[in-house]
Amino acid sequence: MRRREFLAIPAAALGGSLWYTLAGQPIRTNPDKGTLHIPLRFFTATEAQTISAACERIFPSDESGPGASEAGVVVYIDRQLAGPYGRDQFRYTKGPFVSSLPEHGYQGKATPREIYREGIGMLGAFSSLSAEQQDQKLKSLEETVFFQMLRIHTIEGMFCDPMHGGNAGMIGWQLIGFPGPQMGYRQDIDAHYGSAFRPQSKSLEQILGHPVRVLEDT
Amino acid sequence: MKRLKPVNVVIVGGGWTGLAMAAEVTRRTSLNVLVLERGPMHRTKDYASTMDELDYSIRLRFMQNIADETVTHRHSAKNPSVPVRQYGSFLPGSGVGGAGEHWNGNSFRYSPEVFRLASHLKERYPATVLPESLAVQDWGISYEELEPYYWRVERMMGVSGKAGNLRGKLIDGGNIFEGRREFEYPTPPLKRSYFMTLFEESVKKLSYHPYPVPAATLSEAYRNPDGISRPGCAYCGYCETFGCMIGAKAQPTNTLMPLLSQRNNFELRTGSWVRRLVKESQRVTGVQYTNEAGEEVFQPADVVILASFTLSNVRLLSLSGIGTPYDPASGKGTLGKNLTHQIMTKLNLFFDHPMNAFMGTGALGTAISDFDGDQALKGTEGILRGGSLLAISTGNRPIQSFDTLPPGAVPSNWGSQWKKTALTWRDKVGTIVLFGEHMSYRQNFMDLDPTYTDKFGDPLLRLTLDWTDHEQRQRQFSYGIFKNIAREIGAAAHAAAPPVHPYTVTQYQSTHLQGGAIMGTTRANSVVNTSLQHWDAPNLWVVGASSFPQNASVNPTLTVLAVTYRAADALIDQYLKHPGALA
Repeated sequence: MRRREFLAIPAAALGGSLWYTLAGQPIRTNPDKGTLHIPLRFFTATEAQTISAACERIFPSDESGPGASEAGVVVYIDRQLAGPYGRDQFRYTKGPFVSSLPEHGYQGKATPREIYREGIGMLGAFSSLSAEQQDQKLKSLEETVFFQMLRIHTIEGMFCDPMHGGNAGMIGWQLIGFPGPQMGYRQDIDAHYGSAFRPQSKSLEQILGHPVRVLEDT
Repeated sequence: MKRLKPVNVVIVGGGWTGLAMAAEVTRRTSLNVLVLERGPMHRTKDYASTMDELDYSIRLRFMQNIADETVTHRHSAKNPSVPVRQYGSFLPGSGVGGAGEHWNGNSFRYSPEVFRLASHLKERYPATVLPESLAVQDWGISYEELEPYYWRVERMMGVSGKAGNLRGKLIDGGNIFEGRREFEYPTPPLKRSYFMTLFEESVKKLSYHPYPVPAATLSEAYRNPDGISRPGCAYCGYCETFGCMIGAKAQPTNTLMPLLSQRNNFELRTGSWVRRLVKESQRVTGVQYTNEAGEEVFQPADVVILASFTLSNVRLLSLSGIGTPYDPASGKGTLGKNLTHQIMTKLNLFFDHPMNAFMGTGALGTAISDFDGDQALKGTEGILRGGSLLAISTGNRPIQSFDTLPPGAVPSNWGSQWKKTALTWRDKVGTIVLFGEHMSYRQNFMDLDPTYTDKFGDPLLRLTLDWTDHEQRQRQFSYGIFKNIAREIGAAAHAAAPPVHPYTVTQYQSTHLQGGAIMGTTRANSVVNTSLQHWDAPNLWVVGASSFPQNASVNPTLTVLAVTYRAADALIDQYLKHPGALA
């Protein structure tokens, strides 16, 4: 068994509440104090830092609002890779493996775990680069299976239900005004025509009042 | 191999068609009926905790696990086949209810001319205009024969909608191009989303005829003729790839299972993976399957009903050596021929104000049939058949809808500028779709793959399928209509014309794969007769969209069930009284 690895993050850096100024400028607040030590299931602490930095360039935290860091996208990816998806249990993996047309999708043998390990190698000392250098590095990897997977996973980690480890504090849903899996909108579906209707976001577990067994834990 | 206690009727597959057959046979006879379903049980009460986009829309927990079994694909018989390693262009369901649990609920009837398409094309066009490879056939049954069965399905589900042709009288606000209906829909149309109102106003200005998409999702509480009560839709936006947590969307588990579970001549075995049908001379004697414990067993039966998904029906017949495999070179053989899918063309319209598109339901939409069939074609478009156009409000979930931008809005698909642009256009999108009719061609067919196998080592099904020039031109035709609508609706931006590209397994079309075990009037042109009885074994019935000689433009479920109920009547009223090939 490998040594337990943790991702150390200041609690205030994750999740929180999103507000907008009158000028439409997003402001995130989180009064939480201390440091969170999140146990890693697949990545080493160094690998997690590398992936976290790459996700942050894909979906940056900037003047248009919070990004991959505040959503804890790397935690989401870590759990996905540790679970059955990471081991390719939802893909047809019998050979022979042949290269084919783009219309046939990814035909390779490597599992998501293997693709990430190779990708982390390609990123090298990514977290020590400047933002511009990081963007250049990612640009050079744009056509790889790894980068395309990382980009999709970053979006998933931004907007998945928080029970999957990403979208911490529903910060992603607050950013786009998604209310979560609410029980219905019978009175609202044919109202609010042309103006924004934004009920407060709720997670599935908040709505149900009990925990849900997610696929990565099976 | 262990031989189990014989049953009267064994049904392979516990989806819409299998459970509908089971419901009819157990209701009208005292025969004992066994349904074998490879997946698990599903129940309405469990569905609230599945309202999770990641696990159910992205990781596809309700679908057949593609790691166990998939299909292979090649564009033509000249190319090597490769496996579909991840789902894309279609999503087959697993478990009790099958794809009928996670469908959207679009419940159109097919238009009358669809059932006699080969005859219709011959009447409408000179022979020189028809592609040489065209393989369309008349079904051998008419819309008029099916009308009472359509009505039965509509009442069973409580389909919401508005009639456009009520006993020959055309009604504004319904689909005036539909076939004659004897009765108004069981429940009124669903509510309208904002986007639907915009679409409706614009297409009316263009002199088209919008109507609410008929939906198997109830607009209000409804009690069906079987005494099953279900509530109206809550517009939660979790329909496609999800089961309905309140039972408003008709699903086999909330319409048929409540009846079946009360009947003592019904048995359901989940986790039962049927591997072969066993045929001896002119009869099928039963099925071999691998049970939940992993044992291979033989289940003898007097009647076998094959009621799995199109692809599984064709594969099981092929693996069992029942019927003559189709040979595209000689045109001989019938098993596997007339594979069709659906030619879907989509356009995103971008607005300068919000749509609140997280609200919706699977079949919520406004449709126009002005371009369906060939009524709008002038002969200069280079196509023989058009399609149905829908403005849809299925409910936008955040992961899959985030990266929806006007084309060229931003050069990169990641980084600060991309994020900002995506946030700018967030929730300002409405989607219109044209479902084009996909005709059958000699070169598109199914057979067993020579190389790739499933988890048991059995050969996979191989699809040989590509778009022809006709489908590429249908896409261009769709785009021409889209442009007019985009202009009229005042969209701030929309996408460019769709590119010409080959069939793509990674791109969702629909789960409406059809054909391979088609119905017809002679054993030379079909696998089953018009009652869905196999020509080579009178005690074998093959139900489902595998029986459709070609695809119509609209969603097939209502028609699948109408022909299933018709088959059930033939089985019970004719075959069981005089077992043998039906006249």
